[in-house]
Amino acid sequence: MKRNCDYACHSPEHKIARRQFMGTMAAGSIVGGLGVFTGPGAAGALKSQQKRVVVFNMYGGLSQLESWDPKPGTDTGGPFRSIETSVPGIRISELMPETAKVMHHLCLVRGVNTSEDDHGKGGYMMLTGRRQSPAAEYPQIGSVMAKALADEQNSLPGHILITPGGGGGRGNEAAYLGPRFSSLAVGGGKPPQNTERPGSISEADESLRQDIRREAAKKFLNRRRTAMTDAYTHSYELALRLMTQRDSFDIAKEPQRDQDRYGKSDLGRQCLLGRRLLEKGATFVQITHSNYDTHNENFNFHLEQVGEFDRPYATFIADLAERGMLESTLVVVLSEFGRTPGINLYYGRDHWSRAWTVAMAGCGVIKGAAYGKTGPKGTEVTDGQVDHANLFHTYLSAVGLQSNESFDIDGRDMPMADPASKPIKAILA
Amino acid sequence: MSHSLLALPAGFDIKAAHVAAQWKCEKPLNCCRIDAKSQFVLVGGEWATPERVNIADGKIVKLEGGHESWVFDAAWSADSTRCVTSGGDGRLVWWDLTSEKPVKLHLVQAHKGWIRTLSVSPDGKTLASGGNDGQIRLWNMADAKPLATITASKRDIYRTVFSPDGKLIASGDLMGAVVAWNVADGKETARYDAKPLHTYEGGQQVDFGGVRALAYTPDSKLLAAGGLYKATNPLGAVHEPIGLVFQTSDKKMIRQWVANAIPGGIFWSFRWLADGSLVGASGGSTGGFLLFFKPDGDKEIHRLGLPNILRDMDLAADGLTIATAHHDRHLRITRLIAKKA
Repeated sequence: MKRNCDYACHSPEHKIARRQFMGTMAAGSIVGGLGVFTGPGAAGALKSQQKRVVVFNMYGGLSQLESWDPKPGTDTGGPFRSIETSVPGIRISELMPETAKVMHHLCLVRGVNTSEDDHGKGGYMMLTGRRQSPAAEYPQIGSVMAKALADEQNSLPGHILITPGGGGGRGNEAAYLGPRFSSLAVGGGKPPQNTERPGSISEADESLRQDIRREAAKKFLNRRRTAMTDAYTHSYELALRLMTQRDSFDIAKEPQRDQDRYGKSDLGRQCLLGRRLLEKGATFVQITHSNYDTHNENFNFHLEQVGEFDRPYATFIADLAERGMLESTLVVVLSEFGRTPGINLYYGRDHWSRAWTVAMAGCGVIKGAAYGKTGPKGTEVTDGQVDHANLFHTYLSAVGLQSNESFDIDGRDMPMADPASKPIKAILA
Repeated sequence: MSHSLLALPAGFDIKAAHVAAQWKCEKPLNCCRIDAKSQFVLVGGEWATPERVNIADGKIVKLEGGHESWVFDAAWSADSTRCVTSGGDGRLVWWDLTSEKPVKLHLVQAHKGWIRTLSVSPDGKTLASGGNDGQIRLWNMADAKPLATITASKRDIYRTVFSPDGKLIASGDLMGAVVAWNVADGKETARYDAKPLHTYEGGQQVDFGGVRALAYTPDSKLLAAGGLYKATNPLGAVHEPIGLVFQTSDKKMIRQWVANAIPGGIFWSFRWLADGSLVGASGGSTGGFLLFFKPDGDKEIHRLGLPNILRDMDLAADGLTIATAHHDRHLRITRLIAKKA
């Protein structure tokens, strides 16, 4: 069938995106239906720089007022005070004393307005840079980064999701990029399940089993190759590589001192695992911290949750900086949206997407800055308004990608980011 | 059997309970405390300025310049001339109320984090403060001098109360631990298992609930602890009020009080009444209620619905006057006596 042939034939024209074929694409743009760069020089340079991305997903909707953009002493400010940070003039919530010490590494984007107060839609927008549409599914940031930045030979998956229980992921998060760019979900600071060769199977037997499997797969793929069969084959090879990388996921191998510094909480272990994976060469790691959907007792819950977030996050940032990794690692803290400036009857805050904050640090973004501004009560953006699409472009640009370029998927140009938007140039280093 | 040692006030009738007055304050209210003479109520709310409200006419005096955060509790001196307020800034502020404009007497950075609860010993000499730092601190009420520190919990202290003889101070924390401490030496003397008041919801990964209400019977034989349970959706305010009654002699829980058809509520405060019953103040998504229980029964014996969600309640020394603090900025005065014709 033509489609399968298109996918599998590897003819030169099918490795080049249409726009590049038409001579309008700059050298080094990202193309290739099989996840390869066709500008090998630029691609190689980008990959040799080992750019990495970490996303902290503050699930449920972190309150900007109890974190990055406090308004103490106002009707909307709540009971927490603001504190000074390592950057004069930038104050954050008193719930983040350790983060305040690393503010000189951070860039706060305080003028986010995404105009979407639904959890599912907001989360989709923040992770894909697009609004949901029945006409198309778009890949999440982790899948995009895995495809664009991860080395094919890397023995770690390009898209890793760290959750407290190791669940989640593997949905349609890679969209048209194909399931091989979906996430591997891990948790608890332990190696992934079922990655140990059973003792009853010898190494030689295991090797023979895999050879037989590869041979069978090869025969099958010669005639029936699709994205799905590719992903199927890839998952086997990935699993084999993971079996040799079990230690990469085991934070017990980290010095006790570091385990103590990150703390005993789930998030502390996740952050330490994130650092370990980056050091082992992981390209994209998403750490989920749950749950911030505080319609009830917002302040008690943020006391707990932000209190738990503060130390491991600040330790993570400080460690990357100290190890010289922050320059090549983009770290983003995002949510589906922020929370209402108004406080409801139950000491809660509801969903608020019109004026909230995303925090960035590291690769490609300016340091010690706060871009954008909200009004005195935090109800609206008064300066530097941006949205999810601007942010998505910015993430791509920060790691050295041309955010206005496209993936070539079966000969179709698929823009990496919303073509109608652009990066926030003011915060790009 | 009544555990009350108090004489029944003339006209006392919980079934006649009614809102006799309501006074609007500046912001949504968090707490209310009535003075010993039943003339004034101190209120704290969602701002840094406590207010003194005259029960008779609603005249308000602001206590300005002491706090940098919300005010969570207040305590009166025995003679009603001074008071102490506590806030989210970890401060205790002593105030002189004898002049027209309240005067700040002492400002003490007393705890790391919020001070959610204050209580005064029955002789009026000792103030106890409980903080998010897990500590109970004892203070000389007269001059703000620190007397002792009890490390009571690893988590937030939500409520403290002195025993009627003043020898014990009981604390309740976020995790549902109720502990009685010897005031003289700070040692633990009794521990009550109030774990039903704590919820950990795995999906939402939050500790929730805690001991919001705590009250000894006048004869010290029972200790009631209140809060919430059935927290199927803590982040969405879906939880019901519950009270637990313990015998102090053997620390056994003898009673669980639950409310009928209040799917959204928390017991914020308990007070024992002169007839041996207890009034619990429940506030939540179902509304604000005063619920009355007897220690020998599981079910409420009476309830009074209030016009707005409430967050705290106090009982005056006259045994008839109840103050409640509401989100709609109102202090409401309920009387346990038939309405005047």
